Amino acid sequence: MKFYVDLHLCPQANNFSYVNEMVEKAAAFGYKAVGITMSSNTTTEEIQKIKELCSKFEVDFVSRIDLAPKSAGELLKNLRDLRRKVEIIAVECTSKQVARQAAKDRRVDLIKFPFVNPKKRFFDAAEAELASGSSASLEIDMASLLTLQGFRRVVLLSSLRREVQIANKAHVPVVLSSGADDPILLRTADDYCSLAYLFGMEHSEARQAFSKNPKAIIERNRMKLSSEFVAPGVYVVRRGKS
Amino acid sequence: MTRYVRRRYIAVKVDGNKEFDGKEAFDAVWNSLTKLFGEHGASLAELFLIEYNQEKRQAVFRCSHKALDLVKASIVAVTEVANEKACLQIIKVSGTLKSLRTKTANLP
Repeated sequence: MKFYVDLHLCPQANNFSYVNEMVEKAAAFGYKAVGITMSSNTTTEEIQKIKELCSKFEVDFVSRIDLAPKSAGELLKNLRDLRRKVEIIAVECTSKQVARQAAKDRRVDLIKFPFVNPKKRFFDAAEAELASGSSASLEIDMASLLTLQGFRRVVLLSSLRREVQIANKAHVPVVLSSGADDPILLRTADDYCSLAYLFGMEHSEARQAFSKNPKAIIERNRMKLSSEFVAPGVYVVRRGKS
Repeated sequence: MTRYVRRRYIAVKVDGNKEFDGKEAFDAVWNSLTKLFGEHGASLAELFLIEYNQEKRQAVFRCSHKALDLVKASIVAVTEVANEKACLQIIKVSGTLKSLRTKTANLP
């Protein structure tokens, strides 16, 4: 069975019955790991509770934080404060300056863009080139395709089609996530892959965006956060007796 | 001589707080199909409801094999059935109704 990952579940972390419902549904839908968005005021007790909840349903818990900085300076400050505390950092780019900084910073895992305003989607060839150099991935929330209707969905689909083409050309990994804040918006990974047909992603490509690409980010970051990590490419293999 | 028409049968689970009937599920998929692909796309799909199991909340749709991707996307895009929040989950796709029934027989 495929190792499917949903890197973006966004229930309110302090509402445990809601978190429970969403994790249970994600487990029933075959996800092996889920990323749950934390806010800056989420306590360690709450994180521990969510971890226990996920282990109850045999789902791997991935801590994640979504940053929406107004300037590049604010982004850098947030990254300095949070990089060692969470496994995944996603940046919602609301300005071109932030988008460029996020794309070239190696501490950023996922870059995403507001889905309601097409003028604020800054993922062009230059952005993709920066992102491919820093191993950042483009994240697409599938729930937005379910919630939007009519003209807005048409515009979003057209932007996504263009962005996926640019990402493929520049070898930027694409990560598909649910982005669901309501259990009713949650679907199986295969169902989301069928939906990805709407913006021109092949089924195999979409499956990779739900399994291989997010899994690689999690493994890379867990390695970096472990005590064995020294520097990029340098790890402690064995410790001698003191 | 008419050519043999290739079809696909799709088993779909209807998940929601209310009990739905087959027509309501079919209407929801049909609306989604016309919204996403227009009347031309819907005409290519040749969508048809074969059966609906009220107990299992499971519907079986038939469509043209060429329009399978369109129909699957339309099914997944459904968020409401009969003005109630709902979610449709594709369980299995098969080339014959017999094999679909065999594959889905043991599913809850």
